[in-house]
Amino acid sequence: MKEYIYYPGCSVKTNAKHYEESVLPVFKILGMELQELPDWNCCGATASMSVDEEKAAAINGRLLSIAEKAQKDIIAPCAACYLSLKKANQFLKENSEDSEKILKEMKKLDLEYKGTVQVKHPVEVLLKEIGVDVIKEKVQQKLNGIKIASYYGCQVVRPFEDFDDMDYPESMDMLVQSLGVETVDFTAKTKCCGGALTANLEELGARLNYIILKEAQKKGADAIVTLCPLCLFNLEVTQDNISKIYDEDFKMPILFFSQLMGLAFGLPKEELGFSRSLIPTKQIWNKIEIGGTNV
Amino acid sequence: METQEKVYYEEELNPEFLDTIKELSHSNEIDRCIQCGTCSSSCPDAAYMDFTPRKIIALTKGGFEETVLKSFTPWLCASCYNCQVRCPSQIKITDVMYAIKRKAIQENVYPSRFPIPVMYKEMHKILTKNGRSSELWLMLNLYLKTLNPIGLIKMAPLGLKLMKTGRMSLKKESIKNKKQLKKLLKAVKENT
Ligand code: SF4
Ligand code: SF4
Repeated sequence: MKEYIYYPGCSVKTNAKHYEESVLPVFKILGMELQELPDWNCCGATASMSVDEEKAAAINGRLLSIAEKAQKDIIAPCAACYLSLKKANQFLKENSEDSEKILKEMKKLDLEYKGTVQVKHPVEVLLKEIGVDVIKEKVQQKLNGIKIASYYGCQVVRPFEDFDDMDYPESMDMLVQSLGVETVDFTAKTKCCGGALTANLEELGARLNYIILKEAQKKGADAIVTLCPLCLFNLEVTQDNISKIYDEDFKMPILFFSQLMGLAFGLPKEELGFSRSLIPTKQIWNKIEIGGTNV
Repeated sequence: METQEKVYYEEELNPEFLDTIKELSHSNEIDRCIQCGTCSSSCPDAAYMDFTPRKIIALTKGGFEETVLKSFTPWLCASCYNCQVRCPSQIKITDVMYAIKRKAIQENVYPSRFPIPVMYKEMHKILTKNGRSSELWLMLNLYLKTLNPIGLIKMAPLGLKLMKTGRMSLKKESIKNKKQLKKLLKAVKENT
């Protein structure tokens, strides 16, 4: 197994700090100390891809090249970064006229890339490489008593097929189940949250997120866990608007799967960024305290 | 948002438009569209679009360049890839949407009073200059560009909440080796 280098991306350094604050300690407990990719740049996400394909490939190419030099594969917690890197990786390995030219220019700037780097999401690595058995060994406090809807969004499951099922993935469900959490049968788990559109198009954003929140509520979920900073952000901030438009009050906490893992591994909850939630998380604490049992 | 309805004469169509989009999207399969509508029915945003994804494919095939490039549809595409993975003809519809966006920007015919293209352009500009994007600067830029100070005021309570929870920074983020990135992006554009 090749080692991983950690590509944070812009979101986990700003609006999704609690993702990084939980994912790094969790990997450390599991014996993987993730080092940050040196002098990393933004992946460009859907923006660069919409403006200029060659530039989008080149900015991701820079990241792939730095990782290759370090002889590591990339682990990227943000779904948008994950997909941008994977798309660029595919594009640069295509041997097309355009990709050859970009690679040539990269080489001139000490950014040679031979195409050896793989891009993985933490959930993939946790489940497929570290494994549920090892994770279970690290659980100090089972999180019985709460019901969770796990929400994957779009960009880790599509269009590439290697993560999990494209419509009904179960990787993250299995992860949180190994902590004692009960997951609900959540058919909206790969419905779209609107991505970058939600912040600017209120009505569209409210509608798409309403569908996801309502489904989770109907299934009896106490909270939603996710693996993507933008999904988390959209599901949190649209709740205000939704109460105005649809006259329904959601107070659904949205968490990163890694926060629950950290909690189950016995890390103090103050260090896992729960206080960064825009939605009060009290309902979860009440339930965990009632139902939680030490192993 | 207005729906465009206009009679087109054959002389106004561009028969080469299909090939342009095929090349830009790396999706040669566009001709194989059977107009089944699977894409439109999988699309979470179809209700807001002036032309559904199925229609965009048909218009592209028919050479309706102006209609396609001026459409809101590609800018309402959230890149969820639902259509693309379900299309029975394996048309890379999401990539076609991206190709249309890039062409519309290149030709400067995108819907200019619509926030999404402005946002993408600004974000791309900031990150190619600094290597990183910082959301606050982006939002400010965006609202100034679309001349919508009310939008900015509406964002204030959210901004405050994010500040309180330590989730927004006023710092302008940037990478160390901006020079390398700048040179790379310049070279890529000159030589491709
Ligand atoms: S799903 Fe594919 S074949 Fe069917 S209408 Fe859409 S593009 Fe055409
Ligand atoms: S990728 Fe775009 S066009 Fe296709 S279903 Fe999703 S939002 Fe609609």
